[in-house]
Amino acid sequence: MRAFAELLDRLVLTPQRNAKIKLLADYFRDTPDPDRGYALAAIAGTLSIAAVKPALLRDLTLERMDEVLFRYSYDYVGDLAETISLVWEAPADLEGEDPSLSSVLHRLNTTGKAQIRTLVRDLLDCLETSSRYAFLKLVTGGLRIGVSARLAKQALADFGGQDVSDIETLWHGIAPPYEELFAWLEGRTPKPALSMPAVFHTVMLATPVQEGDLDALEPKDFAAEWKWDGIRIQLANLGGVRRLYSRSGDDISGTFPDILDALDFEGVIDGELLVGGTARSNRMTRTFYDLQQRLNRKTVSPKMLEDYPAFIRAYDILFDGPEDVRSEGFIDRRARLSEKIEAADHTRFDLSPLVAFTSWEDLDRLRSEPPDPVIEGIMLKKLDSPYTPGRAKGPWFKWKRNPYNIDAVLMYAQRGHGKRSSYYSDFTFGVWTKDGPNEILVPVGKAYFGFTDAELQVLDKFVRNNTIERFGPVRSIRAQADFGFVVEVAFEGINRSSRHKSGVAMRFPRIARLREDKIPAEADRLDTLLAMISADEAATTE
Amino acid sequence: MFWGMKPDALLYPTPKGLYCAPGDFYVDPVHPVERALITHGHADHARSGHTAVMATRQTLDIMRIRYGEQFCVSEHVAELRQTTVINGVTVSFYPAGHVLGSAQIAIEKDGMRIVVSGDYKRRADPTCLPFEPVKCDVFITEATFGLPVFHHPDDRAEIGKLITSLKQFPERSHLVGAYALGKAQRVIALLREGGHDAPIYIHGALTKLCDYYETQGIALGDLRPATLTGKDKSMFAGAVIIGPPSAFADKWARRFIDPVSIFASGWMMVRQRAKQRGVELPIILSDHCDWPELLATISEIQPGEVWVTHGREEALVRWCALQGIAARPLHLVGYDDEGE
Ligand SMILES: [Zn+2]
Ligand SMILES: [Zn+2]
Repeated sequence: MRAFAELLDRLVLTPQRNAKIKLLADYFRDTPDPDRGYALAAIAGTLSIAAVKPALLRDLTLERMDEVLFRYSYDYVGDLAETISLVWEAPADLEGEDPSLSSVLHRLNTTGKAQIRTLVRDLLDCLETSSRYAFLKLVTGGLRIGVSARLAKQALADFGGQDVSDIETLWHGIAPPYEELFAWLEGRTPKPALSMPAVFHTVMLATPVQEGDLDALEPKDFAAEWKWDGIRIQLANLGGVRRLYSRSGDDISGTFPDILDALDFEGVIDGELLVGGTARSNRMTRTFYDLQQRLNRKTVSPKMLEDYPAFIRAYDILFDGPEDVRSEGFIDRRARLSEKIEAADHTRFDLSPLVAFTSWEDLDRLRSEPPDPVIEGIMLKKLDSPYTPGRAKGPWFKWKRNPYNIDAVLMYAQRGHGKRSSYYSDFTFGVWTKDGPNEILVPVGKAYFGFTDAELQVLDKFVRNNTIERFGPVRSIRAQADFGFVVEVAFEGINRSSRHKSGVAMRFPRIARLREDKIPAEADRLDTLLAMISADEAATTE
Repeated sequence: MFWGMKPDALLYPTPKGLYCAPGDFYVDPVHPVERALITHGHADHARSGHTAVMATRQTLDIMRIRYGEQFCVSEHVAELRQTTVINGVTVSFYPAGHVLGSAQIAIEKDGMRIVVSGDYKRRADPTCLPFEPVKCDVFITEATFGLPVFHHPDDRAEIGKLITSLKQFPERSHLVGAYALGKAQRVIALLREGGHDAPIYIHGALTKLCDYYETQGIALGDLRPATLTGKDKSMFAGAVIIGPPSAFADKWARRFIDPVSIFASGWMMVRQRAKQRGVELPIILSDHCDWPELLATISEIQPGEVWVTHGREEALVRWCALQGIAARPLHLVGYDDEGE
């Protein structure tokens, strides 16, 4: 376990891609099966492991430790798993043991609920600090080390002297601890045969358009498409096997029998899964909210299928029948795709239309005022771009419509965690509404990011100097029509919500700007937010 | 057992530092004073401009190296474990195990003994004498790493990480940030113990102190200036270069190609600290006690009372309260509770 823990510690702090690959490849070389395979799975996100609740971990820690000392420690470190890994005092006689990663996983996955508490305590006792941290991150699902599955595969490719695309193709047909993969990479056995031809192929992703990105590019070299607000999927039908995958490779075939049944062509296509009707059946595309009714269901009732019919808006093609066409240019692949979709079931498949434009300014305008509310922006695809797995910058861009913006007033503040534990960095903000004859502020959301460190200092100082009340860790801040702090809040979307007093819920709100130039009286009203929802709904239901 | 004198009458905190009124002297004062007793040579404890300074021979030498001949008007060498009487107050110096020359100072009058430990640590360090516990009525301890999260690992295993990285990335230079007094020499000595006998390149700020350590019988091996003499930058590939952490932000650090950025400090225990500093390879190596060592020291000495100076006072005071040991924070200002 120690070697794995050290690898994680190194990877988190290593900025260079090449150095990360080297660390991974060295680890794969020096570590025996099955540990290296499980480590690979942990890094690539394919490991299944019994989860342990943070409350249990905290409990176990407090069995041996004063609660106040624990709180000081947690406030200082800011991360529960790391705090526990550091404060844990193991009995001296257990030090120096180094259980293997696979034995730890085996014990976790074979222990019943009743014994889990004892097992976790025993494991915390026999692991050293760094391993304890890795273990805690694994069981709480918080392992984030800045290494993508793609990078891990590149390290495998380097380690075995093979092409990374071969590993990509194999990837979804093999499982942890990947012993046959390592055997092949070490030259001990031939390449593993794919047990299932309709395997998932890593999807091609776009990078967001940033300031200046388009300046050097020619509009005529690119095709534009709408970016639809559904879920990106890959649909495969090869060798008699049909599969629908999410963009991360999860098999979601069972949830969408209507799509699978309608699939009458061979090959692998890339598209957006939506609910509603196809363009050519002249029915409208419904919102992401409607699509959500269909997601994550084990069984689908006939009524569900009727009320929320699913369809695929096709973007691209990877395999035309059994033929791999990913190396062809976008425009050539699109010709193949167009032909396939033309012949396919009209109610379940349509082709994502191209958007005509001649200049970037044109496109910018189209992007901000799309013709359909289920559009979240524009995709730009280089005409000659092959279909390459992953997110390379250049061939594909996404250009989202602007997020929503309002001016709101800070109402409450709470201390942050970790490096922000000494600042008031979590804010509740509100807008004006009528309460009988009075104008009052009603809270509409919470934000704890978006600002710079310097802006945080300004906010924190304002909070400290203008606290009117405290409830535990929360401070209520002075906020009147003529005195208070106005912030510009940006968010990605807005819905009605019965759980919030204000009746609205924002998606991903963040503090975009401090408006020290404004007084609270100038902030937005709840009516403005309600109008944003109505506009969306009106556009959707017509 | 407090007979006769109350501890506060013998020693108390003032804005200039801890002051002994009957003896009319300060310990580690942060502003110029007539008479100063200095525990060790770190800049926040040993400042220039005092009139009379009493410290160990090595601490006085280190102050001269740092501040020049004029660092004070008159020097008084404190021999370890010998007593000196100042205005009726008996003082004696004992090794603190922190850095070369570091000492605790025992201050005694009318049956009351207070030990000012300065900065100290308990684990073996090839570059200085080990800490000696001294029985006392009041033990004044630092609390730089006074939180239960600090369990500093074995220092040889930590240096082992650096040695492993040298093998793993032989084309990259390994740039180690370490405080100029104590930490830098300890890193070098541990590398030598670990079998690394290649030349080690050092920043100019380290030269005089490393030379001084050599004169005190601490062998550091082949040290060379980390300046580019020829045009050949490749000489630093696979080499260890040591500089003070402050030099990492300067042009000096940019001369090395593709360096692995390393920091040797007790703070490296916490991942967020390493991340914030952009450290690629943290080496957890401290010249201060970790949490268990602080507790073990207090338990071993069994003082009547504990006073806590710079660092994380609240946790240590809390622990003492749980053990039934009288303790209070001193809230001294002017000491670096982050430097390490
Ligand atoms: Zn010091
Ligand atoms: Zn100090």
